Amino acid sequence: MSIVLACTDGSLYAPSIYQHAAWAAARLDAAIHVLHVIERDEHIVGGDLSGSIGFDANAELLAELAKLDESHARVARLRGKAILDDAAKQLGGDVTVTQRHGSVVETLDEFEEGAAVVVIGKRGEHADFSKGHLGSNLERVVRSAKIPVLVAAREFKQMGRFLIAFDGGPSCLKAVHHAATEPLLRGLECHLVAAGRPDSDLARSLENAATGLRGAGFTVTADLMQGDPDEVIAREVKLRGIDLLVMGAYGHSRVRQFILGSTTTSLIRTCQVPVLLFR
Amino acid sequence: MPLKHLQSGWFSNLRGDLLAGIVVALALIPEAIAFSIIAGVDPKVGLYASFCIAIVISFVGGRPGMISAATGAMALLMVTLVKEHGLQYLLAATLLTGVFQFILGLIRVGDVMRFVSKSVMTGFVNALAILIFMAQLPELNLKIEGVSWITYAMVAGGLAIIYLLPRVTKAVPSPLVCIIVLSLVAFFMKLDVRYVGDLGELPDTLPVFLWPQVPLNMATLSIIFPYSIGLAVVGLLESLMTSQIVDELTDTTSDKNREARGQGIANVVAGLFGGMAGCAMIGQSVINVKSGGRTRLSTLTAGVVLLLLLLLLNDLVKQIPMAALVAVMVMVSIGTFSWASFKNLKVHPKTTSTVMLATVATVVWTHNLALGVGVGVLLSALFFARKVSQIIRITSELDGETRTYTVRGQVFFASADSFAAAFDFKEALAKVVIDVSHAHFWDLTSVGALDKVVLKYRREGTEVEILGMNEASATIVDKLAIHDKPDALDRMLEH
Repeated sequence: MSIVLACTDGSLYAPSIYQHAAWAAARLDAAIHVLHVIERDEHIVGGDLSGSIGFDANAELLAELAKLDESHARVARLRGKAILDDAAKQLGGDVTVTQRHGSVVETLDEFEEGAAVVVIGKRGEHADFSKGHLGSNLERVVRSAKIPVLVAAREFKQMGRFLIAFDGGPSCLKAVHHAATEPLLRGLECHLVAAGRPDSDLARSLENAATGLRGAGFTVTADLMQGDPDEVIAREVKLRGIDLLVMGAYGHSRVRQFILGSTTTSLIRTCQVPVLLFR
Repeated sequence: MPLKHLQSGWFSNLRGDLLAGIVVALALIPEAIAFSIIAGVDPKVGLYASFCIAIVISFVGGRPGMISAATGAMALLMVTLVKEHGLQYLLAATLLTGVFQFILGLIRVGDVMRFVSKSVMTGFVNALAILIFMAQLPELNLKIEGVSWITYAMVAGGLAIIYLLPRVTKAVPSPLVCIIVLSLVAFFMKLDVRYVGDLGELPDTLPVFLWPQVPLNMATLSIIFPYSIGLAVVGLLESLMTSQIVDELTDTTSDKNREARGQGIANVVAGLFGGMAGCAMIGQSVINVKSGGRTRLSTLTAGVVLLLLLLLLNDLVKQIPMAALVAVMVMVSIGTFSWASFKNLKVHPKTTSTVMLATVATVVWTHNLALGVGVGVLLSALFFARKVSQIIRITSELDGETRTYTVRGQVFFASADSFAAAFDFKEALAKVVIDVSHAHFWDLTSVGALDKVVLKYRREGTEVEILGMNEASATIVDKLAIHDKPDALDRMLEH
């Protein structure tokens, strides 16, 4: 039996994360494993710029730092327990809960073996809604995950149709392959949308993907549209009442992204629907 | 360096890192000067080394937030090389040290650190603290020109500032205030004391790339080789030890082998830019963490600020009285020493304390930290062997004409004699059964001892049977292939 990993931090997104996880688990006939990671909050002793060290300087500093961490960690652990209890209550049934110390990325790395998909919220507890910022862990998780990442939207809605943002890249083809072979999206209405010029490689590649998906039993609408990919996809998602956006993620290096910005980030931010990401 | 670590590795703690870096840079100046003086070279050699190493290691090191620069431990090893052969040979030795360290890092020397026990490390830091303190004594020698009661008064005043000022404010580095105040006092009262400027040249330019001016032949190599080995070992020891301390303080992990390679690269660069070999500094790293430094940025800041300060303050640095440096170095030696080890002398087992004291004694006697650690490691291995050799019990049972000896425990070179002594050869028997299925034969000495026992019984005309030899000798193989036989460890512990 495969596993759906759900990462929760008890933020506003938590109920929706559980619902998305439950949806994925039902479709994949998988068990749900809820992870809560107590991330290390660096409590840096500031203000002491005296630069002097005295007797047993390092033992003393160690004691001081440990004490500071201890008090914070205890609260964080209890809070995490409550979050996980709540998760188990909301999900009911066959749920495993795990609490770990460390970073979300390294914890996922530990647990993703044998898991089919990981569910994470668009924003975490510290993110600022008004600015539309994404959670700090989201990109890191997506970049390091070896399995598909389902990014939960604020509210869970029943899934009827999904749209694959098609760019012909390897991670996007992986998404198409996954859709065609795995039970996760089976039976949903499929839209393939690419942005580019007609009679390019992209057009041919799009046609191939559409044929493949039809062969797998999907009802496919494939469209090649003119314009900037960000805008085209965001517009079509809204226009067609799409329930789930599927795309390849972060195809480019960090440096390029830093200069040009990332399509992935901007789409996750602007589309109000859950996003299924492939690397 | 993978880009995805850029944020967390460099910019996750901007304010703390920048401030801590500045505090450390200010504290590095007196130390680098003092250590150059220990090594017998111009202060600029230590200063060049300090910022080269700090800057390079911030990129290539394995332990973010650790401070590396010119250090006392290394300086002490160079004294005779500089005295007998001069600066250029020191630079060549520094280069070679870096190469050795890089190679040691490649062959994963970081993993070997586990053989250096805690007591050896305590001995190391204590010895280092004592040597740093002793290195200050010449500056307090009344026979030297410029040293008088004024020097003593200044050192006492300096120490008072360093230790009392933090009680008033923790916003300014007290060692820096000590240096500034003492410099002003000396300047305005026109005191006749020793100044940093008296001791050699200070840097007035950026360091330049320079191949050490030594003949490239076997003679040179035979001169620098022993020094480089010593420097490489001591540098790695102090660096890996310091990285452990920083690991503990920040509750994070580090890549010890990358650190070893990084130290190598940093020393190669230092050698090529006219600096002496260096390594991680325990005291400075503690200061860095204490001031809020956590990431690579703090180390880089320390190096860059040090460079800027020197270029800006070159003339002022000359005016620093040596007494101020002595006060700072006394603080460093107090901070480096493990004072808890005094208390522990009473509590810890005697063997542990012996290892620590032997390490300290060897270092203080030979002025060579590498030798001290060698002696410490050897002693702890011997003590360990002795302890384990006591885990052996031989019981016997007489059944008519047959006696059965049952051996339990560890049989190896240290316990082979007591193993052999447990058998009574004088007893007249028809048959002896030696059941070794509950024993471990660790080496050939132990197997030899068993052979001897068997032979002796044969000579007495006694028939000998050995039970369970296969299980017992399974431990002779150097490494138990535990990974491909998951139950190997259990089986070994069982029998």
